[in-house]
Amino acid sequence: MSLNAFLQNLANALQWGSFYALIALGYSMVYGILMLFNFAHGDIFMVGAYIGLFVSTSLVTLSATGILPMAGWLILVLTIFISMFLTSFVGMAVERVAYRPLRAAPRASAAITGLMVGIILETGNLALLGAQRRKFPEIIAQSTFHIGQVVVTNTKILIIILSILLMIALHQFIRRTRWGMAMRAMAYDFVVVPLMGVSINRIAAMTFAIGSALAAAAGIFFGIAYPVLEPYMGLLIGWKAFVAAILGGRGSIVGAALAGFLLGFIEIFVAAIFPSTLRDLIAYSIILIILTIRPHGFFGEAYSARLRL
Amino acid sequence: MLLSVESLKVSYGGIRALHGIDFEVDEGEIVCIIGANGAGKSTTLKALSRLVPVEDGAKMTYRGEDLLKYPPEKVVSELGITHVPEGRRLFGNLTVKENLRLAAFAQKDPKKIEQDMEFVFSLFPRLAERRNQKAETLSGGEQQMCAVGRALMSGRKMMLLDEPSMGLAPLLMKTMFEKLKEINREGTTILLVEQNARMALQFSKRGYLLQNGEIIMHGKSEDLIANPEVKKTYLGG
Repeated sequence: MSLNAFLQNLANALQWGSFYALIALGYSMVYGILMLFNFAHGDIFMVGAYIGLFVSTSLVTLSATGILPMAGWLILVLTIFISMFLTSFVGMAVERVAYRPLRAAPRASAAITGLMVGIILETGNLALLGAQRRKFPEIIAQSTFHIGQVVVTNTKILIIILSILLMIALHQFIRRTRWGMAMRAMAYDFVVVPLMGVSINRIAAMTFAIGSALAAAAGIFFGIAYPVLEPYMGLLIGWKAFVAAILGGRGSIVGAALAGFLLGFIEIFVAAIFPSTLRDLIAYSIILIILTIRPHGFFGEAYSARLRL
Repeated sequence: MLLSVESLKVSYGGIRALHGIDFEVDEGEIVCIIGANGAGKSTTLKALSRLVPVEDGAKMTYRGEDLLKYPPEKVVSELGITHVPEGRRLFGNLTVKENLRLAAFAQKDPKKIEQDMEFVFSLFPRLAERRNQKAETLSGGEQQMCAVGRALMSGRKMMLLDEPSMGLAPLLMKTMFEKLKEINREGTTILLVEQNARMALQFSKRGYLLQNGEIIMHGKSEDLIANPEVKKTYLGG
């Protein structure tokens, strides 16, 4: 592979990795504090993308009709913030309705509930909006940069930078705020958390809110990069992000982010070398091999109740 | 009466751990509940903290407030009843300072948090030295200091202490109880449960003896310590 081809693929890998990483963080955070895999998370990504679609379409229309003229970047920023905010409520609702009543139930029941919530979100969308695919609007005009012979779009650079900024913001939140402290404490020993005057339910709700907001950001970025949305778009990407969360080490947020990017790299570079129909077959065989060697992922602890956040 | 408990019953999966116990704690007192392993001592404290559900018919009032109306986090944040759990249960992945800071989660006034932290550090200078260390790296004695410190950060009104002597060398244990006396003199009412009956009775003003989920004796600690039956069973003759 020439250097140019390598760099070209690198840019693509970073973009795909951003999607996986942002979604994987939600899986990992929820597992970290509740020891629960939220299998509806891929569908929350889908809902986030649709919310982003409606918010951006409304803003673009408002702007185009001259009622409230806005620059493209402003529409993008507003779309991201408003959609993340709205989608966080979807996440909190899922926690409240589907998981909180089952907190004392066996984990398998909660996992199955998650799958059902996922199906409800998919088919609910189908019932509400119909089966036709939706086109994500062009919020900012695409332009391309030529760096040597490497061609990169402005949106690709934007997506990668914004994703990394969001991950840094999350990391700072968890390290520095008292809410983040409470999340880390809950990951370590949730039984005594109430004795600190902290409500477990509020921390759980907040964790779902943050995870869902990040999934919404991923949904918008996905919509910008591949502007066609459909109700089942969260399925495969959700499973792959789940793989990233496991690969990173259950409950490890740094691990989830890094493994998300790694997944992007493996997929893109496999596709660059082999026929693209073999992409997932080969990519996930590689990951399977990694997991047999490191069953607890990169940052996971063996058979430990201590979670990392 | 600061705290009064009537016919407290608790069951775990159909097996009754407490068979309807009554006890009281007055403002400023140090009261202990002694008893063997499995007598229901920890369960009593967990019921007060609302960590375990209690059976119907129980009455628990604190300053006239019905404790059963409060979820566990509000027992701490609104009533100021703090609980130092058995085995300390520090958050090992957090630093000493973070453990203390987290315990003041509901405290909105940063000045108060600062003052309380200063108080904890003056009481336990060792913790000040270790403030930026992860709690899991502390020694047993330091962990107990941090656990008590955490409770002080959450509130100073009433402290429930579960086996503070556990795993401590005799000298450390003595120092710990001296510190607890100091905390009590500063105005914190203390309810202590202990397997180490001698230590607990020497330290407290009144005591209750719990056996198989029932209070079989209570009175002034000095009387209990002199009681032949208590002597024989709990003080090693």
